[in-house]
Amino acid sequence: MAKITLSNLAHSYLPDPQSEDDFALKEMTHDWRDGEAYALLGSSGCGKTTLLNIISGLLRPSHGRVLFDGRDVTDHPTAERNIAQVFQFPVVYDTMTVRENLAFPLKNRGLPAPEIARRVQKVGDMIGMEAVLDRKARGLTADAKQKISLGRGMVREDVNALLFDEPLTVIDPHMKWELRTQLKKLHHDFGHTMIYVTHDQTEALTFADKVVVMYDGRVVQIGTPQELFERPAHTFVGYFIGSPGMNLFDARIDGTKAQIGGTRFDLGTTYPLGGGRVKIGVRPEYIRLSDTGLPARVKRVEDVGRHKIVRLEMDGAEVNAIADESGTVPDGGTHVQFVEGGVNVYENDWRVAARRETEAAA
Amino acid sequence: MKTDNQKAWFLVLPVLVLVAFSAVIPLMTVVNYSVQDTFGNNVFFWAGLEWFDQMLHSERMWNALGRQLAFSSIILAIEIPLGVFVALNMPKKGFWASFCLVVMSLPLLIPWNVVGTIWQIFGRVDIGLLGYTLDALGIDYNYTQGFYAAWTTVIVMDVWHWTSLVALLAYAGLQSIPDAYYQAAKIDQASRWAVFRYIELPKMLGVLMIAILLRFMDSFMIYTEPFVVTGGGPGNATTFLSIDLVKMALGQFDLGPAAAFSLMYFLVILVISWVFYTVMVNLDRRDAK
Repeated sequence: MAKITLSNLAHSYLPDPQSEDDFALKEMTHDWRDGEAYALLGSSGCGKTTLLNIISGLLRPSHGRVLFDGRDVTDHPTAERNIAQVFQFPVVYDTMTVRENLAFPLKNRGLPAPEIARRVQKVGDMIGMEAVLDRKARGLTADAKQKISLGRGMVREDVNALLFDEPLTVIDPHMKWELRTQLKKLHHDFGHTMIYVTHDQTEALTFADKVVVMYDGRVVQIGTPQELFERPAHTFVGYFIGSPGMNLFDARIDGTKAQIGGTRFDLGTTYPLGGGRVKIGVRPEYIRLSDTGLPARVKRVEDVGRHKIVRLEMDGAEVNAIADESGTVPDGGTHVQFVEGGVNVYENDWRVAARRETEAAA
Repeated sequence: MKTDNQKAWFLVLPVLVLVAFSAVIPLMTVVNYSVQDTFGNNVFFWAGLEWFDQMLHSERMWNALGRQLAFSSIILAIEIPLGVFVALNMPKKGFWASFCLVVMSLPLLIPWNVVGTIWQIFGRVDIGLLGYTLDALGIDYNYTQGFYAAWTTVIVMDVWHWTSLVALLAYAGLQSIPDAYYQAAKIDQASRWAVFRYIELPKMLGVLMIAILLRFMDSFMIYTEPFVVTGGGPGNATTFLSIDLVKMALGQFDLGPAAAFSLMYFLVILVISWVFYTVMVNLDRRDAK
């Protein structure tokens, strides 16, 4: 188990990167605390897997260092880092039995046979495959194969970190839930540092203590699920997390007053803005339909059971609001209001903290 | 409900006719010769299974078959491991991967008799680079005189000509292995041997079976190259089955025995191919399970 430090880390797949666009991973410095479960969340191609492979040592970063517990491991091969990694598609050794598959990483490390047998039996029970331990891995379903891949990571009890690269993509939905629960339990029991890459927000939010949101080669926010929901640090976080995502309005802010379209309203606090492109972000949960406020038109209503998603149009842009199951939604023209505390202000896509917040923190 | 009708057979008819003219009818003339005797003038006498009996007890045929099996086994034993080794060491992508592929394909594009001629000249002691060099080094090398020199030349020539095929097939098999397998192996701290034994070899097995089948059948019917280089000699040292068959049929004009010989030759290849096919199908079925 180890604390993982990324120090001025950046990576480019090009031999001679010129501009920032040439980097698959933009420069970052982060500490990943020992024993925490992190989820690495972001859309495809944002650099999640690159970052994971750098941590596991499958890829050498072109810039910066990787440290485990303060020890520089940038040039250490994977084997020396003592890391377990599970990949998106199941990797099993076809010609071996399930038992041999699970024992393989231990055998390669020269553990004594009784110890191997004990751990394999334990992990076999944990992944629910004790009955098929002596079957050849070749004929098993994708589910079972991925469980074996997970199991090969779990048998190594002393690993520095367990890394998962979208491991549940090929698993049945109900199995997904079960395996995720087992992973959480494993984390609880052994306290490994775990890093879990996914593009599924539910998976990320339910699995992790801390969610690391990546966008365009950059870590845009590290936070608890609640922080990501209430105070998205970047418009991408607002848009990516939540269903539907955060609404963004082009706005002008002048002192405590904000203007969206032709409507002015009071924010109750000031924001230290620098003159960039300003947007106001409001989650659908914090938008109420009312008789006064910003004019909008109801386009359609989607009833998802627990609540209704109201799709509105405002100045040609789509706005989503969440309404109670009981309330009635008017047809056609209406107005919307923002619930207090649900308003975030963004300048050039990055969140700007209100004076009130910064004063409270000080 | 589905109605059965037999009209589809008419669509297959042209193929059947073509196959009949190109394969079945010529084969039948061979069958015809194999059970008859002739003294010329197109007059035939019924001979029954006499020729088959004669060929089965012919030391000459058994010797040729022995040489043939030895040749096929030796070239398989060299070409398969060597081809796999070459494939494992070829670059996976980029310019050098394409370069290697082109260079590897070159021997496959050269006609058999040209390959024979190349080696025939290459190995000559008076003007050939190989023969001259070996002679200058004091090695007694003369493929027209020495048994070992002749065999070595014929084997090296086949290895030169066909290892590429095995390498290319194995390379194709290797290319189909996703990167994740190698990465997982690194994570599992697998040795180079374990990676080969548990990842690469199982994934290559299918194409290797095809490579073995192709190389076996092709080497079992080899004619042109040794014929051009050694002409089957010295003595009968490199007289393989098809060289012997041609000598018998066209050299001595023993049509009956030659026909019986070729039918048995055909059956041997058929049986061995069937064995290979069965093994491959079973492998596939095991994969699918």
